[in-house]
Amino acid sequence: MAYMTDRKRAEGMGSAKSGTEHHWHMMVSSVALAILVPLFIFTFGRILGAPYEEVVAYFGRPFPAIVAALTVVVSFLHFKNGVQVLIEDYVHGTMRKVLIIAMICLSYAAAGTGLFAIARLAF
Amino acid sequence: MVQLTLPKNSRIMTGKTWPKPDGATNVRKFQVYRWNPDDGKNPQVDTYFVDMDRCGPMVLDALIKIKNEIDPTLTFRRSCREGICGSCAMNIDGINTLACIYGMDEIKGDVKIYPLPHMPVVKDLIPDLTHFYAQHASIMPWLETKTNRPQKEWRQSIEDRKKLDGLYECVMCASCSTSCPSYWWNGDRYLGPAALLHAYRWIIDSRDEATGERLDELEDPFKLYRCHTIMNCAKTCPKGLNPAKAIGEIKKMMVERTV
Repeated sequence: MAYMTDRKRAEGMGSAKSGTEHHWHMMVSSVALAILVPLFIFTFGRILGAPYEEVVAYFGRPFPAIVAALTVVVSFLHFKNGVQVLIEDYVHGTMRKVLIIAMICLSYAAAGTGLFAIARLAF
Repeated sequence: MVQLTLPKNSRIMTGKTWPKPDGATNVRKFQVYRWNPDDGKNPQVDTYFVDMDRCGPMVLDALIKIKNEIDPTLTFRRSCREGICGSCAMNIDGINTLACIYGMDEIKGDVKIYPLPHMPVVKDLIPDLTHFYAQHASIMPWLETKTNRPQKEWRQSIEDRKKLDGLYECVMCASCSTSCPSYWWNGDRYLGPAALLHAYRWIIDSRDEATGERLDELEDPFKLYRCHTIMNCAKTCPKGLNPAKAIGEIKKMMVERTV
């Protein structure tokens, strides 16, 4: 029981003065993915099922390697921002912060792993 | 975590079935949510039968008839009976709307009536809208000016006045906010479609001089950015308004002043 006025409850801690940047980043990564994903499907699909040497040679070329690297990085940045919103929607309290940290670590780890794999193929 | 199931004391039980009216040939079945804070029981759904030959066409007509002729303990808000006051908002046939302007001919089968979803219930069909109203007050729903008051009125062109169409008509019935999943899960911090529609109504008003301050107050991951354009608000609004579009316009303005 807290003797708080209705207005005090509604105001809460006031505005965080943030949110637009997150919203803008989501928009930018969405636009980027709308271009990158078809390019990735087109380039990656061409080499799917080919022998190892041929795949290594293919990803040694700049265009497929750069498209794959950008797709991995932008996808996981978009994933990071998107899942943060999801967690903020459905999880409350300390667990919210724990899950957001875990998800950010997971996203960067997955992006790093993808980049390492592409670099190994390319160089 | 958000609560996806009803707490034990909110689970709905089968209620009383009231007798059918004598001699009526055109009878319709109404299933109405009942809860009395004084009896300590769980909510229940009572069944009523209404003689449609002696009843008006709107759901509110039937509710008033039930209260007058069958069960005077049935509790609900109503006032203007013409969609202006917003008092009789409730969930009818699965959609949040105003009972006074929702025709029974639009409903197939039994008429199921519940209070607005995901709000604390005061009694029967009356939700507690205290927080909803406080959120509305928090967006400063009035003209804010810094220039000295003009000798006559604050002038506004016809074009600028037209920008308020589709916004000023909101009657604060809470149908939209209580239909929004984001408001269900985070209603304590998310302002909800109704308050945000009103916020936009003042942001876009050519006479208002607090646009920056208003946008500053809304710049928040929860107050504004919980809206994910689900559009339940626009679908359910009994006045045919589109709060989701107003929220989208606020987001556009936020980006506009940043990028």
